[in-house]
Amino acid sequence: MDLQPDESFEFQKGRGDVLLIACGALGREIISLIELNDWRHFDVTCLPAKWHNTPDLIPGGVREKIREAKGRYRKIYVLYADCGTGGTLDRVLEEEGVERIGGPHCYSFFSGNDAFTTITDKEFTAFYLTDYLARQFDKLIWQGLGLDRHPELRDMYFGNYTKVVYLAQQPTDALRQLAQKAADKLGLEYEYRFTGYGDLATFMREQSGVPADT
Amino acid sequence: MSEEDDLDLNELDDDELVQQMHDDLYDGLREEIDEAVNILLGRGWVPYDVLTKALVEGMRIVGIDFRDGILFVPEVLLAANAMKAGMAILRPLLIETGAPRLGKMVIGTVKGDIHDIGKNLVGMMMEGAGFEVINLGINNPVENYLEAIEEHEPDILGMSALLTTTMPYMKVVIDAMKEKGIRDDYVVLVGGAPLNEEFATAIGADAYCRDAAVAVETAKEFMARKHNQMAASA
Repeated sequence: MDLQPDESFEFQKGRGDVLLIACGALGREIISLIELNDWRHFDVTCLPAKWHNTPDLIPGGVREKIREAKGRYRKIYVLYADCGTGGTLDRVLEEEGVERIGGPHCYSFFSGNDAFTTITDKEFTAFYLTDYLARQFDKLIWQGLGLDRHPELRDMYFGNYTKVVYLAQQPTDALRQLAQKAADKLGLEYEYRFTGYGDLATFMREQSGVPADT
Repeated sequence: MSEEDDLDLNELDDDELVQQMHDDLYDGLREEIDEAVNILLGRGWVPYDVLTKALVEGMRIVGIDFRDGILFVPEVLLAANAMKAGMAILRPLLIETGAPRLGKMVIGTVKGDIHDIGKNLVGMMMEGAGFEVINLGINNPVENYLEAIEEHEPDILGMSALLTTTMPYMKVVIDAMKEKGIRDDYVVLVGGAPLNEEFATAIGADAYCRDAAVAVETAKEFMARKHNQMAASA
């Protein structure tokens, strides 16, 4: 599965009584976890990953999905972090009575929110990539910021960053090369860091009702 | 070759040239703005008029179209770069010619945050509107703000943050100002993508400014209020 930044996505096998409303940038990882663990009671609906660049669209989009799904599912969870909504997503979720995964963004929950909190003070000049962002760097970041048309703006956007850190979930040689290429394109140092699924797996397991040691 | 490539800016009369500058700013044409500013100055325009009638008005149009979703961030950045070129020529001349000053602003991005595009746009538009701007740059701890306030004695303190994780630091700065008993001596304006009015109120700022144009208008309103209060108490 390779979701494009502007694609929505539904994963419903007809057996799910719990709905996960997620960012499209997490679709592949969520489906992998569901299939790996045989969590058949989860249905998934993904909103466009390109909202990464316009987070003000996220709270309204999530609310709409919640309202569409209410009454049809026993439980709904949201797999978005705050994602630059400045607390607006949390206010929507509080109003709707729905819980989300913790953390300010996916870089944090992939790294583990506790661990990320300890490095964020020292690493605020890092530009993070995940598997999805490495795969979609050209579309979502380079073209999304207009750098394909105006490469001269690169340093206005990225001049204060010092390095690209690739936070890898399921790394392959091809993904590592893409991440390195992205760093080169941005004129930044490159660092590779394996995270796996981090708190995403933990959160989904908690909502699956299956104990961690089974 | 397009018609525009053949255009000789020297052949345009003043009104046409100013109109052309608005178009060139809109299109982010830095060299053309640079040339046009020099032409107007050569024709005896005072620097303040070049700034307000050509550059600021041009950027005002850019700002409106950005707000309306007609222009996007890259285009605004190109326009800002073009305006910056014009400002570089005008800045020393404005000081020499004693252009009117509306007030003084210290502005900076908060600690732990390196994002400065919006903050720089605000700084430039404030300068264009007649404010003296002291730009503290990025990643500013509370001490930087307090020292700058003491040194420059501004009317306005502006703080910017792009991250949900860094925006609460604005409250740290405001609380430090309260502790020193200086909070009410300054107008505190805050901005940045994840912020909103509710947040600004909660942390004790005077106003949230959603973009550079709003920042300028808000700053002007506060300065007018300040002058009215001073006049009333005189």
